[in-house]
Amino acid sequence: MTRAVPACLALGLLGVIVALDLAAAPPNPYRAPAAFALGSGTASAGGFCGALPD
Amino acid sequence: MSDATLSAAPAGARPLRRIGLIAAALVLVAAVMLLVGARYGMLLAIGLGFGIALEGLRFGFAGPWRAMILRREPSGLLAQLLSIALVAMAAMPLLASHPGELSGAQAPVGLAMIGGAFVFGAAMQVVLGCGSGTLVNAGSGNPVSLLALPFFAIGSFAGAYHLIWWTSLGSLPVLTFTGLPGLAATLGLLAAVALVVLRLAAPGAVRLNRRHAVAAAVIAALAIANLVVAGQPWGVVYGLGLWAAKGYVALGGDLAGSAFWTAPGSMDRVQASLLTDYTSLTDIGLIAGAFGVAAWRRGGFSAGLPGYPARAWIATVLAGFLLGYSSRLAFGCNVGAFFSGISTGSLHGWAWFAAAFAGAHLGIRLRPLAGLEART
Repeated sequence: MTRAVPACLALGLLGVIVALDLAAAPPNPYRAPAAFALGSGTASAGGFCGALPD
Repeated sequence: MSDATLSAAPAGARPLRRIGLIAAALVLVAAVMLLVGARYGMLLAIGLGFGIALEGLRFGFAGPWRAMILRREPSGLLAQLLSIALVAMAAMPLLASHPGELSGAQAPVGLAMIGGAFVFGAAMQVVLGCGSGTLVNAGSGNPVSLLALPFFAIGSFAGAYHLIWWTSLGSLPVLTFTGLPGLAATLGLLAAVALVVLRLAAPGAVRLNRRHAVAAAVIAALAIANLVVAGQPWGVVYGLGLWAAKGYVALGGDLAGSAFWTAPGSMDRVQASLLTDYTSLTDIGLIAGAFGVAAWRRGGFSAGLPGYPARAWIATVLAGFLLGYSSRLAFGCNVGAFFSGISTGSLHGWAWFAAAFAGAHLGIRLRPLAGLEART
């Protein structure tokens, strides 16, 4: 067995997670924020490991 | 894709495979841009860049710390400091001039934060993979990282679940270096650490090799792009915890017992598409980018898997969980706290560095006891 097996498993599992999530929570591109946060005039609302919950 | 086709493709098939890899990356990014939003597609592209740079230039965090501690080889650690300095020179002025649009990786120093960083430093040396490293290694076919990754995600979810309690044990207010004086202090501290590293370096050891210098510049450019596009610095562990939280809810779990996960912002992100979460997108890019580099390389997947005793796999599960749990208590991993914290002026980044580096000494001693020095 070579490194191809765990690598393909990693990518495959990632694909499954994304596919299941897409089915459960389809994104809406019409609600997308501006392409760049810098210059958008709005505060970043993303989750971050260094932040306490808002 | 089978094991055989990836491992031993004939020379004639290699250009075709490489064209396919480039096309797949472009299609993925374009699809996310069109179906989710331009910002999200760009963040996936930035994540792919991180994965390609870290795997392609064989750069990381755990390995260089190990090289410095065991062999007094300073190059990788100096490259990390250089990269942080490069980011700070762009990020801190941007944060000062656009406080309503951009936010730094700024968190309080506290008891649990310091303890978490120490445990993270130890665990990342046990499995030789940090926050970004575990993702990159899993994508490039490292079985230890592949096993550690799901437990990393579960640990990140659990750590966030208990985060408020841990933080209540005692912490300072958020202390930050800001503006030009803050930038000068940050660069001065980075230079001071670099001088100490150079003083401790083994005689004759390469100070900063070209590959590490290039990696430092590329990673810095991508980190600045992350800040400009997302409005927040590069992070890793939030996304992993979110994946586990989504899985927990999908399996019927109730988050009501957690002040963290029931906060409005957290609830929104658990219910929203994973492809709208910034750290999830760069995490996906890290794995996929590393996979792409390994598939691109001649013989990138041909190496056989090393053999480990059973206790090594048990240690991997435990270390993976601890990586996730401790990084939430520490307000970030080597990326979110050390790299992004220091480069955006947060004092907790420095406390994280000191505690995690101390923990790394312990982790280096634990790794052989866990049976993780490979038997080939």
